[in-house]
Amino acid sequence: MKIGIIVFPGSNCDHDAEYAFKDVLGCDVKMIWHKSHDLEGADMIFLPGGFSYGDYLRSGSMASHSPVMKDVIEFANQGRPVMGVCNGFQVLTESHLLPGALLRNTHLKFACKMTTLRVETEKSIFTQNMNKGALLEIPIAHGEGNYYADVDVINALEDNGQVVFRYADSKGNITEDVNPNGSINNIAGIMNKKGNVLGMMPHPERAVAHELGSADGVHILKSLIEHGLEIVG
Amino acid sequence: MKSKINVTLKSSILDPQGTAVEHAIEALGYNGVGSVRIGKYIEVEFDSSDKSAVEAQTKELCEKLLTNTVIETYSFEVEE
Repeated sequence: MKIGIIVFPGSNCDHDAEYAFKDVLGCDVKMIWHKSHDLEGADMIFLPGGFSYGDYLRSGSMASHSPVMKDVIEFANQGRPVMGVCNGFQVLTESHLLPGALLRNTHLKFACKMTTLRVETEKSIFTQNMNKGALLEIPIAHGEGNYYADVDVINALEDNGQVVFRYADSKGNITEDVNPNGSINNIAGIMNKKGNVLGMMPHPERAVAHELGSADGVHILKSLIEHGLEIVG
Repeated sequence: MKSKINVTLKSSILDPQGTAVEHAIEALGYNGVGSVRIGKYIEVEFDSSDKSAVEAQTKELCEKLLTNTVIETYSFEVEE
């Protein structure tokens, strides 16, 4: 399985992702500079976290117009797997591969902590080896992770089962107290209708060993590797 | 010609930054101050002297890059 990790100027989780996919999961990894027009034969694309272009204008907005994004959008439109984490999620919404937008956290603080995520669907290539309702410990690190979309879009996401992860408490309850950023319905991650594009604010690539506080991120990345090519076509 | 563009969050969207500034204004002792909203101001210079072409291009740039129409609205004027 060959993973293409897109590197924008200002990406800072690209090497965490490389470590997770290569050293932990044994994948072939290609680091792809944002000016490239060659996805180097990647089977799936990972958009890492960070502060692409220093978050100028809006988080992810400049990166969404990087040369490589034309190829990534085409790749995604072919039904091939694309996953964006944190700033990668912001790039996906700015590229219109995912609906909605990520607003400033309602409390205005940069939130950097471990969160509990509840898996909302097992019917996705990202959560195949988990049960609906399973809880994962995955850290967040963002100032603009407050997921917003208008009511119709939110209703469609909910009705189609496109909400993949929600912030929950340790018992799996979805409460305002554990919502770290003000996201509508405690949304932490969504996928597109076809199910091949996932965006999430929490960082599974930073939760790949017990020494890091959690190894739960492995479940998501492993599901992607094992089932990522099931939608193509 | 120059386009002067104002970008603001849609009125339906909570602006926590504006709310924080509103509280700071109250803390300074000013009474009677209502809601505060924070936006962006962008100036773009064009070589063209065709006003309607500049307006059309500004609109296109606002839709494609300068604003995110999911959360923001914009207005602009073209200065000769």
